[in-house]
Amino acid sequence: MGLVIRGGHIIDPANKVDGKHDIFVDDKGFVAAVGNAPPGLEVTQTLDATGKIVCPGLVDLRARLREPGLEYKATIESEVRAAVAAGITTLCCPPDTDPVIDTPAMAQMIQQRAWRFGLAFIHPLGALTRGLAGERLTDMEALDDAGCVGLSNALKPVTDTLVMRRALEYAASFDLTVFLQSEDPWLHGSGCVHEGEVGTRLGLPGIPEAAETVGVARDLALIEQTGVRAHFCQLSSARAVAMVTEAQGRRLPVTADVTAHHLHLTEHDIGFFNTQCHVLPPLRSVRDREALREALKSGALAAICSDHQPHEPDAKLAPFGDSAPGISGLETLFPLTLKLVDDNVLSLNDAIACVTCKPANILGIDSGHLSVGATADVCVFDPQEWWALSEDKLVSRGHNTPFLGWELRGRVTHTLVGGQMVFELDQKAEN
Amino acid sequence: MSGDLQFDSQGRLHHFLTTEGLDRDTILQILDTAESFVSVGEREIKKVPLLRGKTVVNLFFESSTRTRTTFEIAAKRLSADVINVDTRVSSTTKGETLLDTIRNLEAMHTDLFVVRHSRSGAAYLVAQHVPSHVRIINAGDGSHAHPTQGMLDMFTIRRYKGSFENLKVAIVGDILHSRVARSQIHALTTLGVPEVRVIAPKTLLPTAVERLGVHSYTDMRAGLDDIDVVIMLRLQRERMESARIPSEQEYFNLYGLTTDKLRLAKKDAIVMHPGPMNRGLEIDSSVADGPQSVILPQVTNGIAVRMAVMAIIMGGKAQEEMPAKRPARRHA
Amino acid sequence: MAQELRPLLARNPMMIGIHTGGVWVAQRLHDLLKLQEPLGTLDISFYRDDFTRIGMNPEVKASDLPVNIDNRHVILVDDVLHTGRTIRAAMNEIFDYGRPASVTLAVLIDRNGHELPIHADIVGHTMSLNKGQHVKLTSDSATSEGALELKVQEAGE
Repeated sequence: MGLVIRGGHIIDPANKVDGKHDIFVDDKGFVAAVGNAPPGLEVTQTLDATGKIVCPGLVDLRARLREPGLEYKATIESEVRAAVAAGITTLCCPPDTDPVIDTPAMAQMIQQRAWRFGLAFIHPLGALTRGLAGERLTDMEALDDAGCVGLSNALKPVTDTLVMRRALEYAASFDLTVFLQSEDPWLHGSGCVHEGEVGTRLGLPGIPEAAETVGVARDLALIEQTGVRAHFCQLSSARAVAMVTEAQGRRLPVTADVTAHHLHLTEHDIGFFNTQCHVLPPLRSVRDREALREALKSGALAAICSDHQPHEPDAKLAPFGDSAPGISGLETLFPLTLKLVDDNVLSLNDAIACVTCKPANILGIDSGHLSVGATADVCVFDPQEWWALSEDKLVSRGHNTPFLGWELRGRVTHTLVGGQMVFELDQKAEN
Repeated sequence: MSGDLQFDSQGRLHHFLTTEGLDRDTILQILDTAESFVSVGEREIKKVPLLRGKTVVNLFFESSTRTRTTFEIAAKRLSADVINVDTRVSSTTKGETLLDTIRNLEAMHTDLFVVRHSRSGAAYLVAQHVPSHVRIINAGDGSHAHPTQGMLDMFTIRRYKGSFENLKVAIVGDILHSRVARSQIHALTTLGVPEVRVIAPKTLLPTAVERLGVHSYTDMRAGLDDIDVVIMLRLQRERMESARIPSEQEYFNLYGLTTDKLRLAKKDAIVMHPGPMNRGLEIDSSVADGPQSVILPQVTNGIAVRMAVMAIIMGGKAQEEMPAKRPARRHA
Repeated sequence: MAQELRPLLARNPMMIGIHTGGVWVAQRLHDLLKLQEPLGTLDISFYRDDFTRIGMNPEVKASDLPVNIDNRHVILVDDVLHTGRTIRAAMNEIFDYGRPASVTLAVLIDRNGHELPIHADIVGHTMSLNKGQHVKLTSDSATSEGALELKVQEAGE
């Protein structure tokens, strides 16, 4: 009872594998061998991957599944289906559900829901403060025990600097990673776009670069003070990236990620009030986008995430500032990452690392690689296939994406989770 | 620029949403047509039958008696049936969305919506979601645009100054929040005005305002030097609460237009204000009522300009079926 | 035409030309008859019945009736009377200015193809043309001195 993926080109950045090999999966769903068939494995199933690339299943650092609390937008079930259709086998979800993930019971409930579907794995982040209110600390160690891979206050800044210091200190006591969305709430104000040329043209209230740099500066000072391991989520500005790079140079334990859309879009894509480009932090200038790409190249930004935020159609049918921010991003994460290879930003190996082993390392989980003995979470994709993103191709309940109509290259054909085939592209339906 | 849906597939004006992206000929056509409508306003019977049988809905989500009245008179002089809907006190407060309101009114066979809303982009949103035979005029959306006001200011400037080619124009006050200023700036630069200045403290100037093609000044005295047209903007009194200006007195001293400061401009400079004025805050009464003020003629011209815009976007194309345009999408 | 109009002079008529060709013809007649009052001009763009089909004329000119027309005898001048729709629009516009005592229609060319019960009182020439043909008055300059020329055009020209 084993499976072989035959004839594919394996790219496994964690193990520096880059070549044509067969990969064998045993009956318990673990990688049994890469290359020659292991002795004693009875192969009963063969997946022909000729002309395709076989890589670890993707790890997405941030995806909102909308359950519990906002099931009219999406559910765990609908979104894990979308994830595996996009080659994503592990998702990390922020604690800003309703109720908030600030108790072990909530953390376990979400993971159990995901196990029931047997599709992608879900690792929750626990709340840094109770109810995300920024006042009292959560039972961090208990949240850790319940499976939370880190702590975060999501998009709600902890405005009281003393509370923030204590939270970081406490997390540091138990060697927990804190995920930060650093921003000064007063400078953000009522802003909804980057404070710059486009906001000025459209008369939309801006979020200045300083909203991010002031937040990052404060948090870096507290990280240095407390020694906590911290991860900056979705940096958007050149200056903030430079500050984090400088801190890494001083060997502060900080990492950072960027969203796929901030690597491809700028404020100019808003055109005349395209609410699909309403995201937080906002799409910034061309200069900022170039700096984000450079930082990805240098490794200062370790991972690319989807920051998936599915919405019902009405959420975007409002004047720009009143529309709900966020992009349904699961299904564009991989093609937009691969596009960076075509744009000469990253090598194919590095691009794959940014969505597999590197985010897994940030989460501290054993995932994102194809080592012998590892859980066989595998993504098989056709690197040459061009396809246009359209609403009927989206599996996610959220169709809110500015990338509809984009011609993308690289299409996931098969996804395995724990050795089980959980997604197979229906080629006939396509043609 | 992608998503510019105020033009139809043949590049003709279909909606009137912003002065940005209009070409010079289109602006001049509006001004010339408005000139013809001025004489209609001076006749015994001030009506022409152009929009007979058409229904115009003035949909105001933000109150403005004066703007609504000039649109109403304009539509009536074109023989349209006019309905005023003041949604500030009706449906939207009951949780109905902007688009719900539009769809309900559209079911009453409306041909033209004149939309005023407190949020930037509201008129674009509406234009995106109405059937192709329905036209939209933006009567002010948030801080974004108020294009008919911009056009009537161009009309007034041309009446007093003849042409645009050698003018220096200064816009003074709360540029940051002003939809009027943005509409004026796009129109002035397209019409070939060589120098447009904006004058305000930095707290009331948008970031990167120079990218709109203007020069910015924080010193009003320097900014008024050699100016042909001074446009004063209304200052919302709330701006003190958001710490943008310290006090009314300081603002008046530094940025209020007085006869003394007006002397720094050209002798024949004209003074404009889109109204309503705060006398003693941004403008002194002696200037507002003085010989260089053209503030009242501005109001009169508003009707002719709005008639021109309505006539131009409502004419023709009735039998063509145009698919509703969505914002153009960029290819990867 | 001027000869035929002369008997009307006793009633102190006012003359109105319709943009653009009608104004040229009216200007000539106005000079020949040595009328004292200035010539009135009408641009019927705002009264056209085909507005919803063809849209706003991009070169609309202001109508200009310099004297009050109440109780006056109006001589309305156009270059070509074809369908009669232009005259219908012009009459509507005249009545929005006041109530004239009478309106006399004078046209340089009366051609076949009338679609409304409108007939000219004074006609320069009568022409019979095919359905697709149009007759058009052109001027080599816009002034009254410029030579006027009649052209027959095929449709689509």
